[in-house]
Amino acid sequence: MQSDVSALEVRGLTKRFDRPAVDALDLTVRAGEFYALLGPNGAGKTTTLRMVAGLLRPDAGSVSILGIDALADPVAAKQIMAWVSDEPMIYDKLTPLEYLEFVAGLWGIDPAVSGPSAQQLLLSLGLEPHLHERCEGFSKGMRQKVALAGALVHEPRLIILDEPLTGLDALSARHVKGLLQERVRAGCTVIMTTHILEVAERMADRIGVIAAGRLVAEGTLTELRQQNGRNDTSLEDMFIALVDTDAAAA
Amino acid sequence: MSSAAALSWFARHEIRLAWREWLAMMTGGRGKRRRAVIALIVFAAVMHLPAYAVIGRFADLQLPLGKPELIVITATIFLAWALMLSQAIESVTRVFYARADLDLIMSSPANLANVFSVRIAAIALSVTSMALLLSTPFVDVLVIGGGARWLSTFGVVIAIGLSAAAFAIAITVLLFRLIGPSRTRLVAQILAAIIGAGFVIALQVAAILSYGTLSRFAVLTSDAAAAYAPAPDSPLWWPARAAIGDGVVLSWLMAGGLVLLGFVMAVFSPKFADTVVNASSIATTVRSGTATTSFRGGSRQQALRWKEFMLLRRDPWLVSQSLMQLLYLVPPALMLWRSFSESSDAIVLITPVIVMAAGQLAGGLAWLTISGEDAADLVATAPLPPSRVTRAKVEVVLIVIGVIFAPLVAALAFASVMQAAVTALGIIIATVSAAAIQLWFRVQAKRSQFRRRQTSSRLATFAEAFCSIGWAATAALAISIPLAAVISGAITAAILAATWKISPRRT
Repeated sequence: MQSDVSALEVRGLTKRFDRPAVDALDLTVRAGEFYALLGPNGAGKTTTLRMVAGLLRPDAGSVSILGIDALADPVAAKQIMAWVSDEPMIYDKLTPLEYLEFVAGLWGIDPAVSGPSAQQLLLSLGLEPHLHERCEGFSKGMRQKVALAGALVHEPRLIILDEPLTGLDALSARHVKGLLQERVRAGCTVIMTTHILEVAERMADRIGVIAAGRLVAEGTLTELRQQNGRNDTSLEDMFIALVDTDAAAA
Repeated sequence: MSSAAALSWFARHEIRLAWREWLAMMTGGRGKRRRAVIALIVFAAVMHLPAYAVIGRFADLQLPLGKPELIVITATIFLAWALMLSQAIESVTRVFYARADLDLIMSSPANLANVFSVRIAAIALSVTSMALLLSTPFVDVLVIGGGARWLSTFGVVIAIGLSAAAFAIAITVLLFRLIGPSRTRLVAQILAAIIGAGFVIALQVAAILSYGTLSRFAVLTSDAAAAYAPAPDSPLWWPARAAIGDGVVLSWLMAGGLVLLGFVMAVFSPKFADTVVNASSIATTVRSGTATTSFRGGSRQQALRWKEFMLLRRDPWLVSQSLMQLLYLVPPALMLWRSFSESSDAIVLITPVIVMAAGQLAGGLAWLTISGEDAADLVATAPLPPSRVTRAKVEVVLIVIGVIFAPLVAALAFASVMQAAVTALGIIIATVSAAAIQLWFRVQAKRSQFRRRQTSSRLATFAEAFCSIGWAATAALAISIPLAAVISGAITAAILAATWKISPRRT
């Protein structure tokens, strides 16, 4: 269910630390699409997404989320967006259900809506036996699932995930992938960074490759293959070729 | 590698780790070694002034000593021992529960009894070294005023350091066996805090009940204490006699400390490994009730406030760490109770103690709510302006402080409405100041780092302490000398303004 309306529109986004982490980046993600952002370590993926999520102030550029200027009106932008980082940060002393209720409270969701939805989400992620256990004894994978459920409980229209499958076992990863695809089918937009290229290849409608803070390639898998000039190339080969070329140019 | 060589290698490793940990604590983890050393030298030099004020008058003491002098010196040494014991219990608990390298050590083919013997010795060494460092200005003052014989005080410090480490290990291991791994951490840390503060508080309580004053010396120098004290040749006075230069007694004390530590190492080192294994296998599953209505039906700020209250309520370790500061409220509360039966001017002393305790407690709570946000990304991405998040967190601090101190202020109002009003105002100002400092110097941290919160910014720690003291003094002066209160208040406000001026939030 895709449309021409942009879920995310980034123009000239720039952030410098010691060196440029994100370098005048232009990026457009259409509403209802599953977008995978790939890149080597230190390419600027997380910095980009943290700026989009309002966790980092850009040095320059603009961020628009479903038509809302995220820099001018961050509260309105955050209301329709969710962020899950690669290091799941949840409260040890809360149970998963309490955590989700807290998140729903922060987003101002009616408890009559969020309660059943929270239960359902946790069940679908296989957390049923742990609903009333405090998170302090949870493994990294379980924490990741609780954090993901927290991101979904307020029904965001744009979900940004930084390495969401890290630390998950095969079954949990399948649960998460299924849940994300279900959301995309329902009209939600998902932007995800991953180092697991197979996931990007299978799940993403479009793929963006970022290197040294710039977008070096973008398109569907077929388009990327055409750009690469070989129709039988795997995404891994293309990725390595793109990143190598960019590193050599730099 | 032979067994002896392996032990010496591991000892060097432990000393290096202890040194780096200490350096990180002094520099806030920024590794500015030269600045830390300079700050330490300056601190030690400055400490000579209070040391002279407290201990200078004892420099001329000569053997044989009278009972009052023996009591005062022995009580001081016992206080130092209690503080060392408290620190040693903390260190031993860390060895059990802070498992940074335990998996590596336990999975190695090393002899665990030997390895843990070295670790116990390292605890004794670090406790004793810290005590030697802190006692140096005091001993200097005594040596300058009364001669080289006072150098034997260092020997006393070493002896009591060794015995404190031995007691700490025995207490913690026994506690572990009696109440199990899941409760030992909390109980041991509460015990450490109570032991550290308990002796001073007990003396103050005795002074209030007997003499209507907060001064500890009132009890120690009283005729009653002298009447109950044993004869001057009793072994109870050995530490005092050793400190003043009795070489024979000092030798016995040091030998006793070493034998005690050796005995504890021999008995407990083999059990250490079992204890560590048990500590690491604690079942951490804690179930909570199914009714979770706290976050429902309120505003977004209310959800934040509830979250803070719930996290505080469910973490007894954090609560105990925060509320330990309230132990110091026991003596003034007692004095308050006593003042109802007897009219006493000393009740004025309650106000600064309460205001200072409020400031310190508020600082800790503000750190927990503002800096110790475990899910910082979640809160930052929530659709709330940062100002409302901050306001909700500061409100939590104010509510908790209000709940704790309101009964004391209400009780004070029965004795003096004016003093109660000044105390309430002092509590509010001290709380707001502490919360403001935490806001200006906020860092992203985990709640579990609470005990080391002061290392993230020395400046914030000192500013918080100076402001608490300043507002406490201002409140006390407002009751007795109002004009002086204006000056004291202005100085404290200036300290607060200077702190804001140099804070990272502003620069």
